[in-house]
Amino acid sequence: MKPRNAVYRAGGLLLPGLPTLLAALTTFVLFMLFLVVQGKPAWQACQLVVQGAFGSAFAWENTLQRAAPLMLAALCVALPARAGLIIIGGEGALVLGGLAAAVTPLWLPGLPVVPLLLCMALSAMVVGGFWIGLNGWMRQKRGLNETIGSLLLSYVAIAIFNQLVEGPLRDPASLNKPSTIPLDDSVMIGPISDAFQVHWGLVVGVIACLLAQVLVRNSVTGFSLQVVGGNVRTARMIGLPVDRLVILTCVLGGACAGLAGMFEVAAVQGSANAAIIAGYGASGILVAFAARQNPLAIIVCAILLGGIEASGSLLQRRLGLPNATTLILEGILFTSLLAWEALTPRIVAWRLRLNERAEQTQGALQHG
Amino acid sequence: MSSIDRRTLLKLVGLIGATAAMPFSLARAADRPLVVGFIYVGARDDFGYNQAHAEAAAIIKTLPNVVVIEEENVPETVAVQKSMEAMIRQDGATLIFPTSFGYFDPHVIKMAERFPDVHFAHCGGLWTEGVHPTNAGSFFGYIDEGQYLNGVVAGFASKTKKLGFIAAKPVPQVLRNINAFTLGARSVDPEITTTVIFTGDWSLPIKEAEAANSLIDQSCDVLTCHVDGPKVIVETAEKRGAMTCGYHADQSALAPNGYLTGAEWNWETPYRAHVATSQAGQPMINFLRGGLKEGFVKTSPYGPLVSDEAKARADAVKAEMLAGGYAIFRGPLKDNQGNEVIAAGTALGQTDVVLESMDYLVEGVRGQI
Repeated sequence: MKPRNAVYRAGGLLLPGLPTLLAALTTFVLFMLFLVVQGKPAWQACQLVVQGAFGSAFAWENTLQRAAPLMLAALCVALPARAGLIIIGGEGALVLGGLAAAVTPLWLPGLPVVPLLLCMALSAMVVGGFWIGLNGWMRQKRGLNETIGSLLLSYVAIAIFNQLVEGPLRDPASLNKPSTIPLDDSVMIGPISDAFQVHWGLVVGVIACLLAQVLVRNSVTGFSLQVVGGNVRTARMIGLPVDRLVILTCVLGGACAGLAGMFEVAAVQGSANAAIIAGYGASGILVAFAARQNPLAIIVCAILLGGIEASGSLLQRRLGLPNATTLILEGILFTSLLAWEALTPRIVAWRLRLNERAEQTQGALQHG
Repeated sequence: MSSIDRRTLLKLVGLIGATAAMPFSLARAADRPLVVGFIYVGARDDFGYNQAHAEAAAIIKTLPNVVVIEEENVPETVAVQKSMEAMIRQDGATLIFPTSFGYFDPHVIKMAERFPDVHFAHCGGLWTEGVHPTNAGSFFGYIDEGQYLNGVVAGFASKTKKLGFIAAKPVPQVLRNINAFTLGARSVDPEITTTVIFTGDWSLPIKEAEAANSLIDQSCDVLTCHVDGPKVIVETAEKRGAMTCGYHADQSALAPNGYLTGAEWNWETPYRAHVATSQAGQPMINFLRGGLKEGFVKTSPYGPLVSDEAKARADAVKAEMLAGGYAIFRGPLKDNQGNEVIAAGTALGQTDVVLESMDYLVEGVRGQI
């Protein structure tokens, strides 16, 4: 009887991973089919996807580097989502945060590097937090739909960014690529090590996800947020400060996006210019939804998306496939992830049944 | 390049069997093909900037002992750094053409410093001696010559004497094109004006279509542009019965009726020069420029609406440009605020660097920076 008991228990533990496994299988089959229909070497393409994303030390660098900004951008969606908000305007907070970080050294000349970087990060987080916090405030105090509001405010943010970068904050020496005055080389954030060419934004992204996990799972605030997100009326009835909690998640989410912008400026671009409007905000939405707004899952999903992008680069070079192939793979993967999630209620039921069986066999053992 | 990495890669190549002949060592040998990487910021078939590059890359593909690898839609972020690195480490590329202007600083510079044995030939013209690595370089073309000729042809074709120009951003390169186009048209008839609309970014098809409609509504009957993909503008104009002058690549297929001529890049010339240098193992050509005469730019064939008179005039100017020494920007020249920007008696040659920081619109342009 004992082995059967173990099977039941193992089954109960593995069941939650079932949708993801099925999604991966579906994606594999559909993507192969998509390539075969076009007469492309499907098997070779699938090998290249794996190799390009995770097949070598360089592939991992490539993948992780692309994943780094997505983690922070995804938190901008996932944190407000705990309180039941759907914020899709992270791009705005990211670019304004980046701009704030880029101009901070101009206002604080002569500051040593480390405090200066901290000030840059702080100003990026304050600006990003304010921008998304504004959405939370407008929703709670003015009854504005936060999804539409955040999207529109993101356009406003990009317009402000362009106006400032091409106007008052423009470095006169940046002729054909309007940019702010470049950061000094000493301020630039380098790679984690010479052998591992990924910038520190990755570490900060992972830490931010871990902190977010602690916040939403292991803190009173996190529990309160769950109540607010689950049922606002209940939350109000039991006396939770709903407005404050909602705005808090927005501010924290926006701060993460702002920080992503700071790393784009201080670790990649060296100044604020239109290149940081690269769609990280939109990719962040994708990652957050695929991760079901779970901060730990965000790390995994961001790496997955980074990997697909890295392998898309190899697919283009080796097989001459258009870049759209990558988008199709991404689309299939994330659609299947969400589609198979419909299984969740059944899985809960199956899990309960398995646990019951396990207990029954356990009981039978003890009585026997 | 770490040894572990190289071993993994060799395994990979053996596995897929397709590129087994590619060199993974950076040492050049005569019998090994030169691996050349092309990176585009947009789609290869955008009827514009990226297509102009991809068309020339297709010619490079046909050269003996050259393997071409390409990547499109690569943003000007860390993605382009990783793409360049991947071309070098995964495919053994020793010559890379990062074709977008925004790739140069900081991305190309950073990679050139990390991979001193690889040549980086950037399109845009920012390489400065003593500042930038010597294995990087930039090339560019004086396409304002093509826009001047566009202007001459448009000047003859326009009935309303109002031309339209849809531009991305008011940066020197774009202003130079607007001004050259306007000067070309006003050399035919000084009454002609050019109305300019800035869309704000390099690729905003919806805004570009709106701008085209708005210009046509303001009775501009010939349009041209400086955006990455002129496709939408040319199509919109054709639908509305307006005429167009092309930019970047040949768009005549999109407007068989109203397409007059166009200013096109001919990147084949600088590409060939860089490939030859790399194959011969010579040092990088750091600074490379040219116009019509040097074969860096070309013009589209004339469309059906171009009169013989227009052809004759445009061909005469073109012949002068091909002979060399033709100056588009000559004094006395006023900007559209009435200030003198080039004094009488001064003629700025095409290679004059003063032109590269142009910050005005000439008289006859309606619009402001």
